[in-house]
Amino acid sequence: MEAPGNSKASEESQTEGAKPGDERPKWDNKVQYLLTCIGFAVGLGNVWRFPYLCQTYGGGAFLIPYLIALLFEGLPLLHMELAIGQRLRMGSIGVWSSISPYLGGVGLASMTVSFLVGLFYNTILAWVLWYFFHSFQDPLPWKNCPLNANHTEYLKECAESTAVNYFWYRNTLNISPNVESGGTLQWWLVICLAAAWIIVYICFIRGIETIGKAVYVTATFPYLVLTIFLIRALTLPGASVGLKYLFTPKWHTLTNPKMWLDAATQIFFSLSLAFGGLIAFSSYNPQKNNCERDALIVGCINSATSIYASIPIFAILGFKAKSNYEDCLNANILSLTNAFSIGDKNITIENYPEWLGHLNSTDPAEVASLNLKTCNLENFLDESASGTGLAFIVFTEAVIKMPGSQVWAILFFIMLFSLGLSSMFGNLEGVLTPLLDLHMVPKWMPKEVFTGLMCAVSFSVALIFTLRSGNYWLEIFNNYVGSVPLLVIAFFEITAVVYVYGINRFSDDIAWMTGRRPNLYWQATWRVISPLMLLVVFLAYVVVQARETPSYTAWNPNYEEFPKQETLEYPGWVFAICVLLAAVPCLLIPLVSLYRFIQFLRIRLARKRMPNPYENERHIPEM
Amino acid sequence: MLAKILFLLCLTHTSAQDLCKSDTDDGYKVRLSIKTALGDDAYTWNDSEQFLFKATLAFAMMQYMPEETFNLSNILICDETERVSFWFVVMSPQNQSQLIPKAEVENAVRKSRNRINSAFLLTDKTLEFVGIPPTFAAPVVYTTPPWLIVFGVVIGAVCAGIVAILISTFIQKSRKTKEKENDLVSDEETMRSVGNGMAGLGDKDGVYNQSFVDDDRFTKL
Repeated sequence: MEAPGNSKASEESQTEGAKPGDERPKWDNKVQYLLTCIGFAVGLGNVWRFPYLCQTYGGGAFLIPYLIALLFEGLPLLHMELAIGQRLRMGSIGVWSSISPYLGGVGLASMTVSFLVGLFYNTILAWVLWYFFHSFQDPLPWKNCPLNANHTEYLKECAESTAVNYFWYRNTLNISPNVESGGTLQWWLVICLAAAWIIVYICFIRGIETIGKAVYVTATFPYLVLTIFLIRALTLPGASVGLKYLFTPKWHTLTNPKMWLDAATQIFFSLSLAFGGLIAFSSYNPQKNNCERDALIVGCINSATSIYASIPIFAILGFKAKSNYEDCLNANILSLTNAFSIGDKNITIENYPEWLGHLNSTDPAEVASLNLKTCNLENFLDESASGTGLAFIVFTEAVIKMPGSQVWAILFFIMLFSLGLSSMFGNLEGVLTPLLDLHMVPKWMPKEVFTGLMCAVSFSVALIFTLRSGNYWLEIFNNYVGSVPLLVIAFFEITAVVYVYGINRFSDDIAWMTGRRPNLYWQATWRVISPLMLLVVFLAYVVVQARETPSYTAWNPNYEEFPKQETLEYPGWVFAICVLLAAVPCLLIPLVSLYRFIQFLRIRLARKRMPNPYENERHIPEM
Repeated sequence: MLAKILFLLCLTHTSAQDLCKSDTDDGYKVRLSIKTALGDDAYTWNDSEQFLFKATLAFAMMQYMPEETFNLSNILICDETERVSFWFVVMSPQNQSQLIPKAEVENAVRKSRNRINSAFLLTDKTLEFVGIPPTFAAPVVYTTPPWLIVFGVVIGAVCAGIVAILISTFIQKSRKTKEKENDLVSDEETMRSVGNGMAGLGDKDGVYNQSFVDDDRFTKL
């Protein structure tokens, strides 16, 4: 039964998508669909960005703007994407072209961003694989510094920083001192990248048919590991210190506008909106499916996972901070014991302050000459990090202090890999589904070969990230592709649905699909609140970025203040690339509408010259 | 006469002891952290432990200089503190007033460091010879790095999976085309066999369509 007021768009989609004998693939069951969406939304950012933000912006206080952003920005956009994909049954390009041919660019922009993000995201997974392969050694390779050629002392670069930093920056990345010095391809990273793409390929080989089966493992396994880590972490000494530090709300941060901006962007990027992946996934659903409930489930589970993941992360970071603090104190105690020839173990961590006071009063000159370090637990707790720094430096350091390090390292890296893998599926589907819908795939090519081709092309382009300067390029992609274009696309998406497609027609569609008209909350957020919030976030984001000169931190062993990272500015040509990366996906939107408009004008002129009674002037041919 | 001998003996003894002092050029300071290393099983440092130290050091010297014979009396210990730390010097067995140079002592200690450590159940860190750097454990050298092995296993498994899936797709496809062909062939056969009249039915072809009235062939014309 067709819905009243059925649009030309859905008619087109039904005839285009459903050729005789060429059924649209569909999910085996609802669970697969939900797990895939959850897996796409829950990614590396939930584990390594959210806890960092939580800590930076005053612990429990951060949850307030975070939940507000979820309610007024995350959930409405999520519901809208799932509903429109389900209704129109096409990938991103098809959906937006159906709503209006002038908006086809939105889908094209989504596809481009998905492709570019997929490139660097899988490189991170390649790094995770590298660490995973190295977790099977005893002792872990990042535990000790390597020795120099004649085994007399540790290598200088390692001795000046730490073994963990050395393993990441030198052994893994072999990083160059700045972004201009490209260097050569690092063979070990190339094979790890190949491994990552091969693993992605086997899951993605038949599109949602194989993805649906893979997500049973990749979407659920991280929760298992997080629970294991939670139990282990809570039994570590110092865990309570870390947790208290994380969750103690510092209410004064609520007045910091940057906190609200970060909360809004975190929700937005965390839910993987505007990639086109969610639209693709829901397009494989039967039309009569309760997308409202799905959106609520996915959105809430995503946020709950972030909060759940931050507990073991911070317990472990608290353990690491306490451990470092005790090492600092023990170093001081050893200096004092040696200098004053006090009995071994007479000074302990507990009575250290009294001893220090006593020795300072009897012989202050001697004590001063020892250059004792001030050991402050809070300073160690503040050494937080986000992103790759958290996973590959801070966490690996914590793991070597835990008994049974190999097991924890293996579990941690498998968890990161499956978190990232399920997000990769969404990125790739955001590219594959529109291409399939536009019949860009030649008839003779089986789907398996096409997906293989996609993976091969992505692998070859992603080889840039295996250069010595690869990490700098990855940061560039992450900051410029994975931020502004998504906000622009999302803004156009919601305006297109609400004002071009029509909010009333959309509500009717949802009523037909779910049996219930969307209530006041959805109406208010879709019409006014979410577009407004997106606009404000976009402008604020651009303003904040524009204020700072584009710079990056580099690992340069020859820097005077090494091991501190050197802050360098992007050279002109690199900055031009950054701007291109951010601008090109956004510019696709007006470019495509211009192209369609020119086509429309051309047809108009041609018709005026030679009126053809058979021509249907309402039909605008596909690209 | 006896007094003279006694006096001389005392003199040599004191002069020998004079050789051992803090910050001496040819001696080393030793620091032991017994409680750190052994915790509750720590032994107390007493004269017999000192005796063992002298013996171990004499052993180390003899290992390094096999032509000389070192005695306990050649090792002098002084300036013992509560830490437990003390200075020691090594006297040459031939000439009582001459000390073995610092470099030789260092080499001897480094050569037998492991034996000295194990005599006291300590390690390089807890039995510290101030000025003699600890020997680093030789880095483990693998013929095949273990990470390549894990990599090989993972890649092998995944590639085998991909090949299996591709083969199964290929088999499915060829089965589908074969079914299509079979359908066509069986249609042809049906047409051929019906053309032979009732004789074709029953054996090869499937269902006898009872409602089919086959009277077209018997046209009046």
